[in-house]
Amino acid sequence: MTALILRELRLAGAGGHAWLPLVFFLLVATLFPFAVGPDKPLLVRTGGGALWMAALLAALLPAERLVEPDRAAGVIDQLAIRGISEETIALAKLIGHWLSFGPPLMVAAIPAAALMDLPGELLQRLELGLLLGTPGLAALGLMVGALTAGFRGTGALGGLLMLPLAVPILIFGASTLGEDGQIGGMKLLAAVSLLLVAVAPFAAGAAMRAARS
Amino acid sequence: MSAAPLLRFENVGCLRGGRLLFEGLDLELGEGEALLVTGPNGAGKSSLIRTAAGLLPPAVGTVQRCDRIALADEALALDERLTLERALGFWAGLDGGGAAEGMEAMGLIRIARVPVRMLSTGQRKRAAIARVIASRAPLWLLDEPANGLDSDGQLLLAGAIAEHRRQGGAVLAASHQPLGMEPSRTLELKAR
Repeated sequence: MTALILRELRLAGAGGHAWLPLVFFLLVATLFPFAVGPDKPLLVRTGGGALWMAALLAALLPAERLVEPDRAAGVIDQLAIRGISEETIALAKLIGHWLSFGPPLMVAAIPAAALMDLPGELLQRLELGLLLGTPGLAALGLMVGALTAGFRGTGALGGLLMLPLAVPILIFGASTLGEDGQIGGMKLLAAVSLLLVAVAPFAAGAAMRAARS
Repeated sequence: MSAAPLLRFENVGCLRGGRLLFEGLDLELGEGEALLVTGPNGAGKSSLIRTAAGLLPPAVGTVQRCDRIALADEALALDERLTLERALGFWAGLDGGGAAEGMEAMGLIRIARVPVRMLSTGQRKRAAIARVIASRAPLWLLDEPANGLDSDGQLLLAGAIAEHRRQGGAVLAASHQPLGMEPSRTLELKAR
């Protein structure tokens, strides 16, 4: 299991893939103030939500390379004949994927919040929300990656599949930044995230098995 | 045969895409035995290998196999960015085997530090066989293991198979070529 997680991290780090979601996230954070103008109250009010959207889209970027390369190279087959279940493979991928994009995204949220001029208290809530929400996003990315493995042109398909499912995370995540319902928003965010994380290894595992035949 | 067979097919049938590839197949593979599966393209050789590996559930019948098996098919399953040594080391680490013995047996020591993506077709095939050797699994499943191998590579493969059988291992190989081994049995799949 540890070997599998380390392998996932190594693959994520190889070839600069790990930087792509981060660069994308920061790019959105940079462009957003240009788009809405330098009106500070407006930026503070909308900036958090924009960052949540950027995080969501950034999580989708690596979904394609999570499962498909391993399926095509026969790595999943080789693990399966060694008695390692697809669910275990999926869990290792989930942990590896989250580690490679969740914490870096939380670090990137600091300069991103500065670009939006978000107050420190709001940044704290954003960070806590990302900590709760990114595992759910990672789980979604993994499920979509596993479901679309073996298809061609999966980029757009993955987006179509994933974005509707990610709406609860977006709603609750952004609601934690609002004036009211912060605690409730956090709890609901955590609940959605937990549900996705709990389902993902089984759904992704079943998808990997189905992709074989 | 003293111990339980390493692989046993009982009345196995295989359906692929609505097409019946083979049915009523019984076979048993014990220590030191080798079975060579031949047949035209599309006869179901690869499906037979994948059924034996447990990657393809049989449409009918039962398949029993020993705990540890090693499979070499057309997919290399080595990380392209790593050096051959480290890519093989990943699997050897999972299997508790040694990557070096596999590379040595297939004459790959010289290119141990070359990244996998730089390897030629023949070298990739050798690497896949090296992964099988390094696994130290008693049952080898080889799908066209000699494809792309030069004469030297074929000799090394034949030697590795002979050595494996001498140590009590079993081999199930699908190939058009004789592989330079003396199979205990051959099985010819007919095109349907």
